[in-house]
Amino acid sequence: MTTKTLRGGGLSVRYAPRAALVVLGLLLAALALSVVLVGSGDFPMTPAEVLDTLLGNGTPVQEFAVTELRLPRVLVALLVGAALALGGAVFQSISRNPLGSPDVIGFGQGASVGALTVIVLFQGSAVATALGAVGGGVLTGVVIYLLAWKRGVHGYRLVLVGIGAAAMLTSVIHYLITKASLVDATRATLWMTGSLEGRDWTQFWPLLAVSCVLVPLVLGHGRALRMLEMGDDAAYALGVKVERTRIVLMASAVLLVAVATSAAGPIVFVSLSAPQLARRLTRAPGPNLAASAVMGSALLLGADWIATNAFGDRRLPVGVVTGVLGGCYLLWLLVSERRAGRI
Amino acid sequence: MTATDTPTHQDNGSTPMSERQRQRLGAESVTLAYEQRVIARDLSVEIPDHSFTVIVGPNACGKSTLLRALSRMLKPAEGRVLLDGQSIHSMPAKKVARTLGLLPQSSVAPDGITVADLVARGRYPHQGLLRQWSPEDERIVQESMESTGVAELADRFVDELSGGQRQRVWIAMALAQQTPLLLLDEPTTYLDIQHQIDVLDLCAELHETQGRTLVAVLHDLNHAARYATHLIAVRGGEVVAEGPPSEVVTADLVERVFGLRCQVIDDPETGTPLVVPAGRQARARRPAPGRTPALQK
Repeated sequence: MTTKTLRGGGLSVRYAPRAALVVLGLLLAALALSVVLVGSGDFPMTPAEVLDTLLGNGTPVQEFAVTELRLPRVLVALLVGAALALGGAVFQSISRNPLGSPDVIGFGQGASVGALTVIVLFQGSAVATALGAVGGGVLTGVVIYLLAWKRGVHGYRLVLVGIGAAAMLTSVIHYLITKASLVDATRATLWMTGSLEGRDWTQFWPLLAVSCVLVPLVLGHGRALRMLEMGDDAAYALGVKVERTRIVLMASAVLLVAVATSAAGPIVFVSLSAPQLARRLTRAPGPNLAASAVMGSALLLGADWIATNAFGDRRLPVGVVTGVLGGCYLLWLLVSERRAGRI
Repeated sequence: MTATDTPTHQDNGSTPMSERQRQRLGAESVTLAYEQRVIARDLSVEIPDHSFTVIVGPNACGKSTLLRALSRMLKPAEGRVLLDGQSIHSMPAKKVARTLGLLPQSSVAPDGITVADLVARGRYPHQGLLRQWSPEDERIVQESMESTGVAELADRFVDELSGGQRQRVWIAMALAQQTPLLLLDEPTTYLDIQHQIDVLDLCAELHETQGRTLVAVLHDLNHAARYATHLIAVRGGEVVAEGPPSEVVTADLVERVFGLRCQVIDDPETGTPLVVPAGRQARARRPAPGRTPALQK
């Protein structure tokens, strides 16, 4: 058997040792990357200095650089990566399709339309923009759910409806940009690229609050989701409340993606690739929710490190790096799916 | 084993079924419909406890729909399905799943899952978030794999198996659910003949040795006649006949239900009824009954 059990006091938890190791390894990688990222910038610090400062032994300058400038940014990246990946894992599992990911089926685009509407039509503040993104993402989720619903949501319907919605929303985005003044258009385009630049504690706290509620909720439904992957009938037979589980999970995933997008802009391809990469590492069937979430964090931090360090003085927005990496991954995915005869 | 539990029922004097001893599972004047399309109206059926009941009938007669209703998957538009005297749709999902198992027609084995892990999923209704795997779960999974003959495949991947082996694994998963009642929706579809017989032999064995109540939808009338202890013949959403195959399967009934002229002889192997369709010439002499207006619904 590939699973082991922890028992004690009549309670038992079942886990796959390999998957547990993967989660632990990715978590350590994400934390290590965090320390490196906190230490890099115009005022470089060694990892030891960073840790020292975090423990409260730094100089006032180090203290300021770490706690005011860099730590919130890195923490935002950690949570955004995890939220995007978890949302992706849920949607890929429900649609039973690796392409059924929030950034492919329109939620990212929906959040962008929401944010751009606030920027272009109302010249709203950063907070209003973030709220617009959440609203746009949630609204898109509801509309796509209703359009794809036909006695339950089915994988291909969801993907096809979502891709259609994504295309329409993209044209709305372009329309909004053409209507914008030069200043607003620049702001909109910057937002659209997806960036961690200048993220501070005001982005972090709401993100943390939402994650504290939704992440345990999603992980708690993980076992039911695993049963759902065998088909609705099989899940029914095992006593899963099929439609309710699906609605709770989809709503949580939409919210997670929308809130993550509102904090960092539409960072593409993390939702798409993190769950698949996690699956390949754990080699376990099922949605691999925890592994996907830490993979998302590690991926986004890795991309951020590349964006800030790989091009010398030029710092790229992280969305550009995830876009390039994710595009390569999408190509590879399409080719391998085609070889397997699935598309 | 819970199969021997004798539930107490409160008979409702207004229903015609109250004269008989109420069985654990039954449908009480149900109307079954998919959205606007009505499949069956005012249908009542009871599954005798400890029987191997087989539901037969022509395509689109409503037999799978009936099974879906009995398994809680389709909510009747009217009437109710009773499990141990309670309306099945008002019971908690996991509680139903501990009493009533179902082998659906199509299930998807997740990529890269082993036989043992798939069978273990049958324990889901007995588990909770903090009680995920007990020594009893372990033992039952092992027993289920042994009684379906897949124990030696435990560490193989399900997608590597043949169709017949895979069906045995799904049956093992349903067995691991440890339900006194087990519903099977066309368990032999897509299997070649030796695997069909293999799966049916397995069902008969589970019925005889473990005392479970089995309800299956089968396409092949001869398989049904050979394996069932109780037969329910459905046509156009109505129960045309029910009872032991030796009483139910007659040339007259086959003609009424399937619109096929035939002889019914004794199966030389088992003595159960065997349906031999009439030759082409014999059928050509008179118009096939299935095409006469009287039998068109």
